[in-house]
Amino acid sequence: MIRVEGLTHVYQTRQGQELKAVDGVDLNIAPGEFVAIIGHNGSGKSTLAKHFNALLTPTSGRVWVAGISTSDAGRLWEIRQKVGMVFQNPDNQIVATTVEEDAAFGPENLGVAPAEIRRRVDEALQAVGMEEYARHAPHLLSGGQKQRVAIAGVLAMRPACIVLDEPTAMLDPVGREEVLGTIKRLNRDEGITVVLITHFMEEAVEAGRVIVMENGRIVMDGKPKEVFSQVRRLKELHLDVPPITELAQSLAREGVPVTPDTLTVEEMVQQLLGN
Amino acid sequence: MVNTITIGQYVPAESIIHELDPRTKIGAVTLLIVALFLVNSFTGYGLITGFLGVAILLSGLPVRFVMRSIRPLVIIIIFTFILNIFMTPGKTLLLLGPLQVTDTGLYRGTFMSIRLVLLILATSLLTLTTSPIRLTDGVERILAPFKRVGVPAHELAMMMTIALRFIPTLLEETDRIMKAQMARGADFESGNLVGRAKNLVPLLVPLFISAFRRADELATAMEARCYRGDEGRTKLTQLVVRRVDVVALLATVAFLTGTVIWFRV
Ligand SMILES: Nc1ncnc2c1ncn2[C@@H]1O[C@H](COP(=O)(O)OP(=O)(O)OP(=O)(O)O)[C@@H](O)[C@H]1O
Ligand SMILES: [Mg+2]
Repeated sequence: MIRVEGLTHVYQTRQGQELKAVDGVDLNIAPGEFVAIIGHNGSGKSTLAKHFNALLTPTSGRVWVAGISTSDAGRLWEIRQKVGMVFQNPDNQIVATTVEEDAAFGPENLGVAPAEIRRRVDEALQAVGMEEYARHAPHLLSGGQKQRVAIAGVLAMRPACIVLDEPTAMLDPVGREEVLGTIKRLNRDEGITVVLITHFMEEAVEAGRVIVMENGRIVMDGKPKEVFSQVRRLKELHLDVPPITELAQSLAREGVPVTPDTLTVEEMVQQLLGN
Repeated sequence: MVNTITIGQYVPAESIIHELDPRTKIGAVTLLIVALFLVNSFTGYGLITGFLGVAILLSGLPVRFVMRSIRPLVIIIIFTFILNIFMTPGKTLLLLGPLQVTDTGLYRGTFMSIRLVLLILATSLLTLTTSPIRLTDGVERILAPFKRVGVPAHELAMMMTIALRFIPTLLEETDRIMKAQMARGADFESGNLVGRAKNLVPLLVPLFISAFRRADELATAMEARCYRGDEGRTKLTQLVVRRVDVVALLATVAFLTGTVIWFRV
């Protein structure tokens, strides 16, 4: 779905200096994958993600989306239709004055016929559970609802992949739950490839694959269990470990028979009850 | 305190007026405004008031509710009234120190105030009965023929949409910043004019910074959703002119032309 080879991105800072935000990244994301990207502030996650739909193009190296090079300016819109993007601040990505008009914004830009836009908007709002709010004004919705509207706006473009850059950072726990549930369902039921950038480890463990970034490089890449069991390594990178994993490791050290790569509460309960 | 500002916010309902094509309504209101500037007598204004009254009744909105839209502009109306009363030469009716109230002044003042009230009511009826989307679509379609001579019809409509979308967001933010600054001892309500203006700085600076950040992020989000101006762009909602639009517009034209010709002295 997305192939990245030797990607480097250098920003020109206002002081005239050069800042290497992404530094020689190689990455392959297969169709249908659910990938979480973690890493502390400034590690280059957003910069990398913006290459996935050609909001940024490589300083050197190459990025392909569904076989199309993102440096191919003639096919820019095709790429952006295939890879949708959801951003952190729900207020700053809703364009229109009603929910359904906003969901229609993408297909309108693509020149889809009105009847087909209608169908896609209804489907997209249904997919995120916002069909009842179709005619509501966005500013009256909760953060979680706004973010679901933003996801619907992307879905209406019928993308193969959705990239979400810290979509839950500004939400309360209820809103986070809503958004994560929606993302998981889209990945599982609709087969949409998902790239989720997050600071919340509880969200990262839900993914099928976790990528850890540091200083513009990928430093860890594997299944959640493989990544989160390396507690010491993560601490060195100043990253949190899911609290339940930390507990499991302490318990294991004390001789309680739980595996140190326990990621969820259910897993923990099962292990403890099983013994 | 900020929330009391409602700039003719759309009130969804089902009525003939609501269902008219936005272009019909924009056209009718424009004609009415022109007529207000041409008609020169109280009788003429009486007729226009009646016409507007019928439209308000047809919209099904409570009359009082529509009248409320005058409130934010009351000061301007009063100001106009007073200015005209005192500043127009004519036969003196009353002396207030150095100021004199003249007969033509009283006449002009009343006339101008009525003109303003009718202006406000007509435009409010338009925005109260037309959803922002249909309003901006209407503007875009009306301006479309002028694209050839360089009028950026689509861009203007887009700017309107974004403005309407972000007004509530920015009002909320203003309120939040105000409260935060007040908690730190800022005072927005007392002092003379200069002092008050100065006190606004800690409100306006963060507000502007945030607005620019929002603009930047919104532009990125729009680009990510394939926005590239109106080239090859379609619309979810189509505007269709129906028989009732033709009838309404013709009726307006006939009535207003009649009034203007009759009462233009
Ligand atoms: N437009 C820009 N111009 C200059 N430097 C930038 C720009 N955008 C980001 N940077 C810098 O590039 C580096 C990587 O930024 P990036 O936003 O990709 O990190 P991130 O991992 O997404 O961080 P966060 O977790 O805070 O979102 C940072 O040092 C940042 O200051
Ligand atoms: Mg970021």
